[in-house]
Amino acid sequence: MIAFILRRLAFGAATVGGVLTFLFMLFFLYATPEDMARRALGDKAPPQAISTWIANHGYDRPLAWNPDAPADTLLVEHFRRSLSFDFGRSDADGMPIYQRIREGVGPSLALTLPLFVLGLLFSVALGLVVATFRDSYIDRAGLVLCVLTMSLSILLYIIGGQWLLGTVLRWFPVSGFDTDPAMLLRFVALPVLVGVFVSFGEQTRFYRTLFVEETSRDYVRTARAKGCGDGRVMWRHVLPNALIPIVTHVVVAIPLLFTGSILLESFFGIPGLGSMTVEAIHGNDFATLRAMVFLGSLLFIAAQIATDVLYTLLDPRIRLG
Amino acid sequence: MSAALLSNLIVAALVALAIGLAWLVRRRPLWRASARELWRRRPIALAVLGLYACVALLDAVSWVGGQAPDTAAGTSLLAHPRSVVDRLFPADFQERSYSAPLADVEFYGGFKLLHPGAHLLGTDIIGRDVLHQTLRGARVALLIGGLTSLIAIPLALLLGVGAGWLGGRFDDLVFFLISTLASMPSLLLLVALVMVLGTGTAQVCLALGVTGWVGLCRLVRAETLKLRELDYVKAARVLGASDLAIVLRHVLPNLGHLVLISFVLMFSGLVLSEVMLSWLGLGLDGSWGRMIDQARTELSRQPLVWWNLFSASIALFGLILAANLVADALRDVLDPRTATERE
Repeated sequence: MIAFILRRLAFGAATVGGVLTFLFMLFFLYATPEDMARRALGDKAPPQAISTWIANHGYDRPLAWNPDAPADTLLVEHFRRSLSFDFGRSDADGMPIYQRIREGVGPSLALTLPLFVLGLLFSVALGLVVATFRDSYIDRAGLVLCVLTMSLSILLYIIGGQWLLGTVLRWFPVSGFDTDPAMLLRFVALPVLVGVFVSFGEQTRFYRTLFVEETSRDYVRTARAKGCGDGRVMWRHVLPNALIPIVTHVVVAIPLLFTGSILLESFFGIPGLGSMTVEAIHGNDFATLRAMVFLGSLLFIAAQIATDVLYTLLDPRIRLG
Repeated sequence: MSAALLSNLIVAALVALAIGLAWLVRRRPLWRASARELWRRRPIALAVLGLYACVALLDAVSWVGGQAPDTAAGTSLLAHPRSVVDRLFPADFQERSYSAPLADVEFYGGFKLLHPGAHLLGTDIIGRDVLHQTLRGARVALLIGGLTSLIAIPLALLLGVGAGWLGGRFDDLVFFLISTLASMPSLLLLVALVMVLGTGTAQVCLALGVTGWVGLCRLVRAETLKLRELDYVKAARVLGASDLAIVLRHVLPNLGHLVLISFVLMFSGLVLSEVMLSWLGLGLDGSWGRMIDQARTELSRQPLVWWNLFSASIALFGLILAANLVADALRDVLDPRTATERE
């Protein structure tokens, strides 16, 4: 078991290294610091201003090869700073990135956590219902609903939801954010609702497939043979056994909660990490974008390792060689 | 003019490819049975997809010349090549500003239109016909899906089959590459790539391709690993067939259903991704995503302008829904597991 965890950790570390190398190639080799400076300052900036900008952001090092001081290169610096979470200052407005990320996590979680929990409960419940009545009209109607909701762009949900529930019916505020819990609930309700609608089609179909696969097992037939009703079979036998794939499916989605939702946050004016990313995109802020991609993949890799370990703990059939 | 000529040639090549494929499918009884079954299950969705493809292809065939409008400023409008779709509309089919569907006057101000009652879906902020714009969006959508698949599918097949078949170091390398790319949040990676590469058609498709090949590659690798151990592959090896021959003759054809299903699924995903890129200001000119993005502010106007958003959304929704339905039906028809259940 310990050997397995160690091996898994080693592979995770290698993947982190791969991500950092990829980011280095993208942001330093392909788009050179000079490109970044030009984007930030405009095409007509004098060479003097560009070299000052490069020096100010600490990009005035040799790329990867420095015979005099092997550690003083952009590559080494990129790895060192990323791994110690010292993301430096934004390319756009000079704000420290780490501090902004810390401030943004709270609002992001205020949106994504309820969205995650509600979406999960809703999709699993609907998947269970649809699987119980599989090959009936309920099943077919549910699947049609799923395909229909999957085929709409998330932008349309947001625009439509804001317009219908915010502007016309005035049930919710159109956008905004407040740290006061009661107000927060009012502001977050609409984006959560929209988010649940966006994701439930795909999720429900996924859970339905899981449950249907599970109902073809022998133990389900045995349960039916001893006289269990549909409800009891699904609730007591199928659901617990389907928990393993559900857990693995869900845990991997957890890191995305921290990085927030780019679209929902910026449309509904929630000052989280998603909004920060959009600002970075509009402001050509490569440093912030780099930091966000790195953090996102770091969390994802951690969650994957956790899932693998959890999997072996939850499922006694898995023996590690 | 070379761009127009090139696009005409591409259309000719695509049509030839489609005819060739249809001929191949007709000749092979198994393929023909699958195609029949697919058509039996989803006739409407397939027809809708075909309609979109026709509009897109017709919009890519263009040439210079034609009947000059009598009223307009002259023949300068005809200097650029116009496509078949463009020719469905008069060359000077532009107003000055918004007008409602089939209106006689402009939406704000009430000036008389140049073409009263002729704009079936109204005009947009600079007076372009919305129906025309919507039809043109089909070409952009198919270009995104097609060009990206052209990048992603060969890459996924090459690396996936290579990793699964060769195993060893190469497999480790490919697996590492897949894990690395898959661990980055996809939308963020896509945005980062487009920002760094630039916002042209080729660049956006390249970025979508880089993020899109990973899933298919993983599937192909797993399937190749499975196929490698099957009896008929072993038999071919015992009979002395070379690795390349086995891969071409036995492995690749048995990956065909995976590729086809992934292609249709990927297609709808790609078009939806472009909508999001458009909203971030990184999309392609003339796409439905652009139209939706522009229409965002129009909903807060008084009185509101709805036809721009409506047309682009319906066009987008129709394409994605048809593609999703066809992908589901394809999976049912081609997946050996469900195919045997059917009998």
